[in-house]
Amino acid sequence: MDRRSFLKAFAGVGSLAASGAFPAPALSQGAAAKTLRFVPQANLANFDPIWGTQYVVRNASQLVWDTLYGVDDQLTPQRQMVEGEEVSSDGLTWTFKLRSGLKFHDGEPVLAKDVVASLTRWMARDSMGLMIKALQKELTAVDDRTIKLMLSAPYPKLLFALGKNNTPMAFIMPERIAKTDPFQQITEYIGSGPMKFARSEWVPGAKAVFEKFADYQPRNEPFSWLAGGKKMLIDRIEWIILPDPATAAAALQNGEVDWWETPIPDLVPVLKKNKSIQVDIADPLGNIGSFRMNHMHPPFNNVKVRRAVQMALSQEDYMRAVVGDDTNLWKTIPGFFTPGTPLYTEEGGDALKGKRDIDGAKKLLAEAGYAGQPVTCIVAQDQAPLKAMGEVTAELLKKLGMTVDFVATDWGTVGQRRASKSPPGQGGWGMFHTWHAGADCANPASYIAIRGTGEKAWFGWPDSPEVEKEVAAWFAAKDLGEEKAAVARLNKAAMEHVIYVPTGFYFGYQAWRSNVSGVVKGPLPFFWGVAKA
Amino acid sequence: MLAHIGRRIVATIPVMAIVALFVFSLLYIAPGDPAAVIAGEQASPEDVEKIRRGLGLDRPFLSRFGDWSWHILQGDLGTSMFTGLPVTQLIVQRLEPTLSLMVVTLILAVTIAVPMGVMAAWKAGTWVDRGLMAFAVLGFSVPVFVVGYLLAYVFALELDWFPVQGYTPLSAGFWPWLENLVLPAIALGCVYIALIARITRASMLEVLQQDYIRTAQSKGMGQGGILFVHALKNAAVPIVTVIGIGVALLIGGAVVTESVFAIPGLGRLTIDAIVRRDYPVIQGIVLLFSLVYVLVNLVVDVLYTLLDPRIRY
Repeated sequence: MDRRSFLKAFAGVGSLAASGAFPAPALSQGAAAKTLRFVPQANLANFDPIWGTQYVVRNASQLVWDTLYGVDDQLTPQRQMVEGEEVSSDGLTWTFKLRSGLKFHDGEPVLAKDVVASLTRWMARDSMGLMIKALQKELTAVDDRTIKLMLSAPYPKLLFALGKNNTPMAFIMPERIAKTDPFQQITEYIGSGPMKFARSEWVPGAKAVFEKFADYQPRNEPFSWLAGGKKMLIDRIEWIILPDPATAAAALQNGEVDWWETPIPDLVPVLKKNKSIQVDIADPLGNIGSFRMNHMHPPFNNVKVRRAVQMALSQEDYMRAVVGDDTNLWKTIPGFFTPGTPLYTEEGGDALKGKRDIDGAKKLLAEAGYAGQPVTCIVAQDQAPLKAMGEVTAELLKKLGMTVDFVATDWGTVGQRRASKSPPGQGGWGMFHTWHAGADCANPASYIAIRGTGEKAWFGWPDSPEVEKEVAAWFAAKDLGEEKAAVARLNKAAMEHVIYVPTGFYFGYQAWRSNVSGVVKGPLPFFWGVAKA
Repeated sequence: MLAHIGRRIVATIPVMAIVALFVFSLLYIAPGDPAAVIAGEQASPEDVEKIRRGLGLDRPFLSRFGDWSWHILQGDLGTSMFTGLPVTQLIVQRLEPTLSLMVVTLILAVTIAVPMGVMAAWKAGTWVDRGLMAFAVLGFSVPVFVVGYLLAYVFALELDWFPVQGYTPLSAGFWPWLENLVLPAIALGCVYIALIARITRASMLEVLQQDYIRTAQSKGMGQGGILFVHALKNAAVPIVTVIGIGVALLIGGAVVTESVFAIPGLGRLTIDAIVRRDYPVIQGIVLLFSLVYVLVNLVVDVLYTLLDPRIRY
């Protein structure tokens, strides 16, 4: 019996156990109904959404801090903290007016100076923020509720930048907190969002608690993702960290927890059989797997070698290894952008379509002069999707006649080693796997992995002026038609340069108890509108 | 005796200093980068570098070690790179669950293992002996997490006797506290039971061959009195030694057990800190565990003198 079967067997028996039979916390029935016990994707190890940009931090932060704008389920920015905005005819001066009555959790009013300090800190860390900062001539608080931003050139994606869900989000904090160096962690967790952070109950690695903020004023519009009225129907949310998936599955089946953000695919069939549990796709924007190569050093500094891998790589092999045989959960994608979003394109993606051409790839390798240089694959063994992808890659490269130097390590080490620009034999690397959240790949704004800015680019440091030209064209686009055209050209250029090779598009599930209602699909778990009977 | 204890406590200081140097050096040369973990997947290499500088990880070894040692001498274990909370606070938060687990496991193990070993020695060569020792071999061989899953499967999910995960503080009541610890303690205790039972058996077998045992038997003394009053006391020194050594096993096993049963103890804190490369936390925990181990050995040495009057310090 392998580990997967063992986990299934263990968790499966939970369906036989009587629901709610385990001791409940010492809460009255009413209090229990107002407390939601949530199992997040990872431990909330720190709580500064600007300093640390892990998704789990962002997901917790959206409860505590609010944003000026918020994207809806069409990824369109809508007003959130702002009452309205004005933009000059030349697009250079923006004036924002805050809603009246906004308060921080310490009772202080939200003022324009808080917004200025918060945006300044955010701009130092966010890729779109950095672009705005480069254009910024002035960012000032005109009065308590009015903020003025003057630019040296128009930036059509400004509202999207302020309302996007990609990390780091432009959260608004009190000025005294927002003045913290963006590369240092904040020490106070005061926001103006719908929930307060119960710091005294925080046990990092085990539990984090959020309590309803009585003075929060939700908007009147119906909520849609980060837009609209964030009405809290529960008083308290307990994040319970359960590192072992089998334990989490058993706890959910027995009513010890209410909502599990990321059940592993192996356990989903068991959960689906349980009538007390609902299971659905978590994030409709899914994830894109990545085969990331080092463009600085042999052999992948040669585009022909990269193309050989692209020509031979079977996304189906990767997806079956990562997600399994449930084809509702994955698909192959001959492109870099998120399927189902307006900018998705397959332009230039022929290299990833159809039967894989191993012989053609070998010929291309020979043409490239590949002479058996080892490919240092740094593969994280503690992340199941990355381990699975690494094993497929090792087989693929061997099939192509390449020499594989397989470095089995952990994610922490991959994080360090991939930053090294040294040659692979001297502490550097040849390739690694990762995945990108589909929400980050819906457009070029937060898609740091597709950029081709050479030494300034993301790990692997691809250098492609053609790609950068099309990224700039997208930022300058005035309507969706122009955006689509720019992204189609961008996709083609990125495919030709082989910025990286997508290994497929896949979804993850979420699961919750049937007495919980209002759970929606989204790129992050939204707690507003969620109720518990 | 008091002078000996005093000398041993003083001797603890260089031991802890060596442990501190060793742990710090090991973590310094170990691969991994907390800044990369903090920065997240969307961060640029420049951002990662700035966070690394912010954490002081770009400073040379001696400077970092000097700072850390100076703070340790003042009783300050430092601050977690991730949570920003003092390491001491993190350890204190997690101490009760782990201590509870260890104490319950220890009581359970000794209560079961010592009579098991005595029984096996008394019935040496019979099916009772073979059965008990087969159980001991099983205890050694099956990994803690497998035992943990099996126990949860049977006693939590099927029989519904105990919760599957979590920890309730002792302040919430004795039974709620114990209820959460029974299964983890059995899972963790299996290896320990096996170890103590085997040593008890071996030690008892040797003692049971002694003349004074035969004398006691010939004088018509009851079997219970012979085994538990005369034999066990004389066989106790190696048993106490192995119980002391076993504390290290408990610490190691707690790491896995706490993960399987989601107990928010020091074991899980250790794993989280290692995975994230939270150096101050790892260093603090290792120092604490080393200190506990040294002190347990001291207690064992003192116990020798109580169990065997021939031993003098």
